[in-house]
Amino acid sequence: MKFIFILALLLFPVPLHAQFPDGAAVLEKVDQNLNSTTQVIRSKMIIHSRRDTRTVESKSWTEGDKRAYTEYLAPAREKGTKMLKIQDQLWMYSPSTDRIIQISGHMLRQSVMGSDLSYEDMMEDQRLAGLYGAEIIGTEIIDGRTCWILHLVAKKDDVAYHSRTMWVDQERYVPMKEELYAKSGKLLKKTELSDFRQINDRWYPMHMRFKDVLKTGDGTEFVVDSIEFNTAVPEHLFSKAALRR
Amino acid sequence: MITLRLAYRNLMGAGLRTWLNTIVLSMAYVIIIWQKGLLDGWNYQARHDMTNWEIGGGQYWQEDYDPYDLFTLEKSHAQIPEALTGMNPQRPVAPILIGQATIYPQGRMQSCILRGIDPEQTVLHLPSAALQQDIAEIPVVLGTRMAESTNLNVGDTATIRWRDANGTFDAADARVVRIMKTNVPTVDQGQIWVPLARLQQMMQLPGEATIIVVGQDTNETGPQEGFVFRDRKYLTKDFEDMMQVEKLSGYIMYVILLSLALLAIFDTQILAIFRRRKEIGTLIALGMTRGAVIRLFTMEGAMHGILAAFVAAIYGIPLLTMQARWGIPMPDITDNYGLAISDRIFPIYSAGLITGTTCVIMVVVTIVSFIPARTISHLNPTDAIKGKLS
Repeated sequence: MKFIFILALLLFPVPLHAQFPDGAAVLEKVDQNLNSTTQVIRSKMIIHSRRDTRTVESKSWTEGDKRAYTEYLAPAREKGTKMLKIQDQLWMYSPSTDRIIQISGHMLRQSVMGSDLSYEDMMEDQRLAGLYGAEIIGTEIIDGRTCWILHLVAKKDDVAYHSRTMWVDQERYVPMKEELYAKSGKLLKKTELSDFRQINDRWYPMHMRFKDVLKTGDGTEFVVDSIEFNTAVPEHLFSKAALRR
Repeated sequence: MITLRLAYRNLMGAGLRTWLNTIVLSMAYVIIIWQKGLLDGWNYQARHDMTNWEIGGGQYWQEDYDPYDLFTLEKSHAQIPEALTGMNPQRPVAPILIGQATIYPQGRMQSCILRGIDPEQTVLHLPSAALQQDIAEIPVVLGTRMAESTNLNVGDTATIRWRDANGTFDAADARVVRIMKTNVPTVDQGQIWVPLARLQQMMQLPGEATIIVVGQDTNETGPQEGFVFRDRKYLTKDFEDMMQVEKLSGYIMYVILLSLALLAIFDTQILAIFRRRKEIGTLIALGMTRGAVIRLFTMEGAMHGILAAFVAAIYGIPLLTMQARWGIPMPDITDNYGLAISDRIFPIYSAGLITGTTCVIMVVVTIVSFIPARTISHLNPTDAIKGKLS
């Protein structure tokens, strides 16, 4: 009898992940938490380099994943620097030179103010459900919270990161950790998210730590001081003329 | 003939004054020839190196490719035309695929350009054969400048991250298999050479290239679909423009140098005419025409040029020959100028350069000698004998 049972298990294996919910549905809820029509965010970027630690403060106005305008507020050296993203183009205004330059080619691959984020990382579209097929491959407890481990594989060829692994809080549907992989399977970047706060009907991480694993250093922290979702964003901000104002 | 003999005797009679003028003028000769020779030598070496290492007999550029606009790099690739594929000994070509990437040597992040080249190519002097290695990592060849900036040596590995044709990130480890020494920084600074087939696979662009370098002796440069032919003149235009600027700044120096020497001759002439007014008056009174006296003084001045040419030859020939043989060492810093400059520049002193420079200086010296001598034409012989200058 026991032999027949084992044989039946071998012949008709029950998929282990059948006990997990649909990955796509989980990812959809993650997107709902993290994305909004518009966002106005005031934040600090704490850059840990080999020699020192710098804090850069900024305010950003974002509309979907296509348009964004950022103004740097501190330190004095960066104050007044502005960045404008429209679709897949990025411009930067530097008050010291009073010039607007388009960030392109090589420069897109360079880090933003010495951080672990490159300009092209900042350009990436973030609505994941449309880009990735998701499968839950397990569970894990992080900081006392039970998470689904989501394995994401790009549905299209033109996605920046071919695959990702994401640890999603089972209750709040926010990622607590994320790993980004190259097509070859090499780990490229890690993100750790914490200090989750409930804002209206969503949970949002107020602290993120980005780490380019190919680079030495302690990574870059991103601290959200304040965030507003779905508020009106002035249209005039999304023009090159706004950079000089 | 009398004028010539008289002029020579007067010149020698002036003694130290003549020799001072002659030495200053001879320096102008030597420095002008040396600097022009240096520029000509640099020009020749740079063109020779650029042809061997970079441009070959010309290049086919994918029609969107613009080396000064990195925006174009992502779409600058096309199938290598059938006529240019294969290793036809009659028409050797070297297709090169170019892509952007980031290298992480010792955990540092550095932008770079990946250049895929056929390891079996014979068109360029690049040591591409070294790329023919069966190793798990990507075999790469670096120039000395790139190796220095990344702090990589032969056998070292570093991770390279790039985006494929669709924009997806990919990364793999690369191993340095060779470090090449080249005088052409454009194939070295920020460049990483990898096997063409490997890069085509990495970028998902099978059979494609950005530029195709043709052999130096290839005359046939018929149109190829999707590619535009750029000849050597076009490809060396930037260098040519830079040489023009260098030549122009050289001319400014020549003018300053010559002015110093000519000023001395001019002064000498003025002084000679003033001091020898009695002699001038006597010569005219004895029946010498004013024109003949002007010729005499002009000849004296012009003889400074001839004498200076001899003096310059005495010390200039050994000095310049030595430099042409041993070359002039260039400081290390010139490596960072982005120009094709070798460690040593061997000046080239052509017959045309020496003859031309000598002729120009002689003509200018003659003109400068003539200008003060013109005053003699207004001279009254009686006043001149009395020691007056009208």
